[in-house]
Amino acid sequence: MNHLQQWLPRLVLAPSFFVILVFVYAFILYTGYLSFTDSRMLPSYGWVGFENYTKLFSLRHWNTALVNLAIFGVLYIVICSALGLLLAILLDQKIRGEGFIRPIYLYPMALSFIVTGTAWKWFLDPGIGIENTFHNLGWTSFHFDWIKDRNYAIYTVVIAAVWQSSGFVMAMFLAGLRGVDNEIIKAAQIDGASPVRIYRKIIIPMMRPVFLSAFVVLAHLAIKAYDLVIALTGGGPGRATEVPATFMYSYTFTRNQMGVGASSAIIMMIMVFSIIIPYLYSELKSGDNQ
Amino acid sequence: MKMRNLALSASAATIIASSVSIASAEDVEVLHWWTAGGEAAALNVLKEDLASQNVGWKDMPIAGGGGNDAMTVLRARVTGGNAPTAAQMLGFDIKDWAGTTGNLGNLDSVAEKEGWSDVVPAALQEFSKHDGHWIAAPVNVHSTNWVWINKEALDAAGGKEPETWEELIAVLDAMKENGITPLAHGGQAWQDATIFDAVVLGISPELYKAAFIDLDGEALGGEQMVEAFDRMAKLRTYVDDNFSGRDWNLASAMVIEGKAGMQMMGDWAKGEFLKADQVPGEDFVCIRFPGTQGKVTFNSDQFVMFDQGGASEAQLAMASAVMSPAFQSAFNVVKGSVPARTDVPDTDFDDCGKKGMADFAEANASGGLYGSMAHGHANPAGVKNAIYDVVTAHFNGEYDSQTAAEELVAAVEGAK
Repeated sequence: MNHLQQWLPRLVLAPSFFVILVFVYAFILYTGYLSFTDSRMLPSYGWVGFENYTKLFSLRHWNTALVNLAIFGVLYIVICSALGLLLAILLDQKIRGEGFIRPIYLYPMALSFIVTGTAWKWFLDPGIGIENTFHNLGWTSFHFDWIKDRNYAIYTVVIAAVWQSSGFVMAMFLAGLRGVDNEIIKAAQIDGASPVRIYRKIIIPMMRPVFLSAFVVLAHLAIKAYDLVIALTGGGPGRATEVPATFMYSYTFTRNQMGVGASSAIIMMIMVFSIIIPYLYSELKSGDNQ
Repeated sequence: MKMRNLALSASAATIIASSVSIASAEDVEVLHWWTAGGEAAALNVLKEDLASQNVGWKDMPIAGGGGNDAMTVLRARVTGGNAPTAAQMLGFDIKDWAGTTGNLGNLDSVAEKEGWSDVVPAALQEFSKHDGHWIAAPVNVHSTNWVWINKEALDAAGGKEPETWEELIAVLDAMKENGITPLAHGGQAWQDATIFDAVVLGISPELYKAAFIDLDGEALGGEQMVEAFDRMAKLRTYVDDNFSGRDWNLASAMVIEGKAGMQMMGDWAKGEFLKADQVPGEDFVCIRFPGTQGKVTFNSDQFVMFDQGGASEAQLAMASAVMSPAFQSAFNVVKGSVPARTDVPDTDFDDCGKKGMADFAEANASGGLYGSMAHGHANPAGVKNAIYDVVTAHFNGEYDSQTAAEELVAAVEGAK
């Protein structure tokens, strides 16, 4: 009996463990291997060393994708965190109807990026969306055609992504705010600190772990952003909103350059790992301390 | 990203799992992307023909124009050792498959018996044959260097169908003055490239061949290519500002509704006009891109047979049915394309279809029949997409014409 109890958890977990081992980690290894081969349309196994990586970084296209990722990633993470924190602080003022307002902000997260992208494509389209609406209302000088402008199109991706995710970040911060010990705040109030000062000097610094979690969640969403870009701009105008994920798909599956595609996938994985591993490390370390 | 890969392979696996039922020896399992109403109806002709010969049809439609999704599924199936009997393919995809896997069926016996070599133009045989053996049966020929003009808008702009680049510009200018969008266009890379095909061919067929088929660096970066890019920039000035990302059929709708004057698009656009009850010659006019009269850039859908221990009886029956003049006529009347055989009577076709068939025959006879770069019939997918990158970047104003020509050389070199 005792024996069975000891083995039961392992038995139950074994199938999913095995499936993940094969379909995630084995395929990561396989992709890594492919990135060193001369695979074009189908996988092939001629070893070419780092040739695919050299080629990858000489491609103007990949540079565009990296620059776009940098613009998108930074703005997305910063704006989402700032907006999420602000909303959370405002909601935390013990206002009436919080239970009603909170889900409204959180709801966009329930939509898939495809839906968000398609909806925002229509909002932002000058012919049918916001610009057209204002023109019909009589404000004919109103001008908002970023989605059609190759220099600004990447910012429309930021707008749609922020709309989608900031409510979720708000929920994370709200949970963090609710976890702050009331005694500390009361002590500060007795000492005569203003609410702004309390937030700035006491509460926000105490939320460091929440910032870290939000950063990790948002950063990996940014790196793997694919569906939103495809639905919103299709990578255009021209190739102006190409990001690494769309690059990976097009090189692997439509351009018959599987080797280059695999190497870009590996670079993206390295990016994700370089965010996740320090995070896990710090989490595990602080766990040990407690 | 790994998760996405996983999701992709998982969904591919589901598709495979749901579609694999054991095909009997006398069944053909056909992978294709003809899912639109008219196309599906046209395929029924083929199904019924095969049914009368006791060959069953297992349909495996993968929706998605251009067939990218279908090719992804096909890859998964072939990698998994479970190839379909036949698959719809385009241009260089056929060559890539033949060159990479080598396990395609051999249709020589039926091709010889029915004399395919005499009726299929050599430019098409280039794709239907590998190492001198027939591996595919061509179904249709689309040509891409068409211009579709709203008749009313043309009449208001002088009424004369443009025959040269200068006349085209004059008509476009007149349309602009009349207050409509002269050129309906959708800003997607393949649509930009479709126009580029015609523009380059219009400058000179030699340039087209040297640049896109022979991939000659001097032609790709030469003076004439700079001029071709200049012409693209000129055409850009006639497109409305809201064009990027627009689907081609919406651009056709602009011409049909009279909001725009013309569209430069392959003959599949005709279907949109016919669906809107427009009559060729009365409501709309179809002309070859000015300067490319008598020449044709084509793309051709073909059914490629996968090896099943030599070609099976069912495969040979299917290939024979695909090549029968009755099917070629029935299918292409619906599809808007022209038959892949040059000996099919044009009685059932409308005016544009008749013109298309005549042009096709003329181009074939005079050596003016070229595979379309924009549609994967002039060079492999990697090169094609590299050219797309440059053409679309230039069309969206990222490069000037001189830089674009230089970038074109570098891009093609990098993708070879």
